[in-house]
Amino acid sequence: MSAPLPLISLRSVSRTYRTDGVAVTAVRNVSFDIAQGEIVAVMGPSGSGKSTLMNMIGLLDLPSEGAVHLEGANVAELSEDRRSSLRARSIGFVFQSYNLLARHNAIENVALPLVYCGVGRKARLARAEASLEAVGMLHRAHHFPRQLSGGEQQRVAIARALIASPLIVLADEPTGALDSRTGAEILALFAALNRTGQTIVMITHDPGIATQCRRTIRLHDGELVSDETTAGLLPKRSAVS
Amino acid sequence: MTMFQGFQIALHALRLNPLRSFLTMLGIVIGVASIVTVFAIGSGAQLRLQEQIRSIGANVLMITPGAVYQGGVRLKDGSKLTMTESDVQAILEQIPEIQAAAGSIAGTAQIIHESKNWNTTINGTTTGHFMVRDWQLATGRYFSGTEEASAGKVVILGSTVARELFAPGDDPIGAQIRIMKVPLEVVGVLDRKGPAQDDVAFVPLSTAKLRFLGSASNINRDSVAYIIAKVAADGQMAGARSEIESLLRQRHRVPAGQEDDFKVQDPAAAMEAQQGAIRTVALLLVAIASVSLLVGGISIMNVMIVSVTERTREIGIRRALGGRMRDIRLQFLCEALVLCLLGGAIGVAGGITLSMTVARMAGWITSIDGEAIGLALVFSIATGLIFGFYPAHKASRLSPIEALKTE
Repeated sequence: MSAPLPLISLRSVSRTYRTDGVAVTAVRNVSFDIAQGEIVAVMGPSGSGKSTLMNMIGLLDLPSEGAVHLEGANVAELSEDRRSSLRARSIGFVFQSYNLLARHNAIENVALPLVYCGVGRKARLARAEASLEAVGMLHRAHHFPRQLSGGEQQRVAIARALIASPLIVLADEPTGALDSRTGAEILALFAALNRTGQTIVMITHDPGIATQCRRTIRLHDGELVSDETTAGLLPKRSAVS
Repeated sequence: MTMFQGFQIALHALRLNPLRSFLTMLGIVIGVASIVTVFAIGSGAQLRLQEQIRSIGANVLMITPGAVYQGGVRLKDGSKLTMTESDVQAILEQIPEIQAAAGSIAGTAQIIHESKNWNTTINGTTTGHFMVRDWQLATGRYFSGTEEASAGKVVILGSTVARELFAPGDDPIGAQIRIMKVPLEVVGVLDRKGPAQDDVAFVPLSTAKLRFLGSASNINRDSVAYIIAKVAADGQMAGARSEIESLLRQRHRVPAGQEDDFKVQDPAAAMEAQQGAIRTVALLLVAIASVSLLVGGISIMNVMIVSVTERTREIGIRRALGGRMRDIRLQFLCEALVLCLLGGAIGVAGGITLSMTVARMAGWITSIDGEAIGLALVFSIATGLIFGFYPAHKASRLSPIEALKTE
């Protein structure tokens, strides 16, 4: 398998926060590439800079030093509006706490990113249906988040992350709030998505999850301590329960 | 995100909290309703005055009795009829600017026609009265010289009286009516001039004195209650006025330094001044009503700020999913605008209802014009934009990372 073009590349990235006059470096001199179709686990204990790294890959934050490139473009050189548009089209976020809008039903939540892509209501809902079907949640399309279990909410959130056919899905502790069985189902869903060519970056502190990804990047105190590609593959069972 | 989507999101958000949304817009509702009502009542009052000014006729001077001294006692204006028919004659003959003039006496009486009767003002005057007031006939004729000279038993009806005494389709001309048991022949019906003016019946001055009003008031053969005179051109009003004053002083032998026993008034000018006063009062009331709009705007800003704080996480989610700063700003601005527009619309409806109620209960004329409604709506949109901007701007400036961290 020839090396794919890097989708995302980080070059000597550091991120320093200044709070109450004290500079705290959350990420220090980190460099790596992520290629199209990879599934990568970013591991580390809490406070190791995982979330800061995810915010930078997700274009929510900019490095203090170094550069983040998305498809070859330095994101720091893009306008705030352009980065927002790229988030809508190219990045799919999955959060630990699902982050669905409580007052909108599943299908409206899934369709939300398309509002910011200028897609009309009919087309939005049609694509949201397709996306919900892909995660096996079409039967719950008109339920509100409070009527769904944690696993179901996370599936809806994944459908939302996928709706704009993003370059990359960024998942921050996607199974952190779920019991182990449901967590395993969500992981299986990610694995199935990856087999269709979807690039996925998963942030976790759970070594069990990391072992299921081909590649694991380990952080400690903001620094990259290891970047290994293992032979271990995600289990090949059906994603859709 | 388009404006339309912004409004969709705003409506969705506002529907979730109907009571809060309604209370928030209450200030706007009250403000807009007051503005519309004040405008309606104010322009109604102006319309009524304009109608009165029109009914008096252009360039008309009115001469009424003034205060008189009787044995050292000063009696109030009008307690003695100081004007006479020969004063009318003198004004007509000696003052070239005067085109027409007429003396009148008036009282009220019951008019009877067959089985119908009606209580109205009986005005004894000469044909000159209609010339002064530019009052045309709808049908029939004015008084003839003989009738005026010899107390002819004829009457000219105002349109209201004609309507009350005669069935639609009946021709009043030639009909016999009775006033105080005196049979009179209807010779004319006047054009409409306005509801306050049309309720009147005119008889020749001599007829009124001889047959009805002579004994009722202390009217002697020559006296009249008031005189109206028409000045030929607008620019001659002041000159004609002072000429009448000096002529009457001379005729009434008012010594120098003593108060006139008559008054010359320009009713149209007085009413125009009154109209100006009404306009000022209306503007003042609108200004007060605008304070309510201001308070409404502040209440909207307050609720929007709370709403932004409550929905910080939603803002973070929307930003992470690709919402640009301006999309967030538009979303919250749309909410403020929808609140104000809805409040404005309810306020306009409330204002129309209120002014119609006032019109019915107080018997005032109210007039609701599109201009006032447009102005009220423009005010409420402006309120939405001004007071919605800060919270919306605040929302758009939230850092998505921080916003996502809030619970």
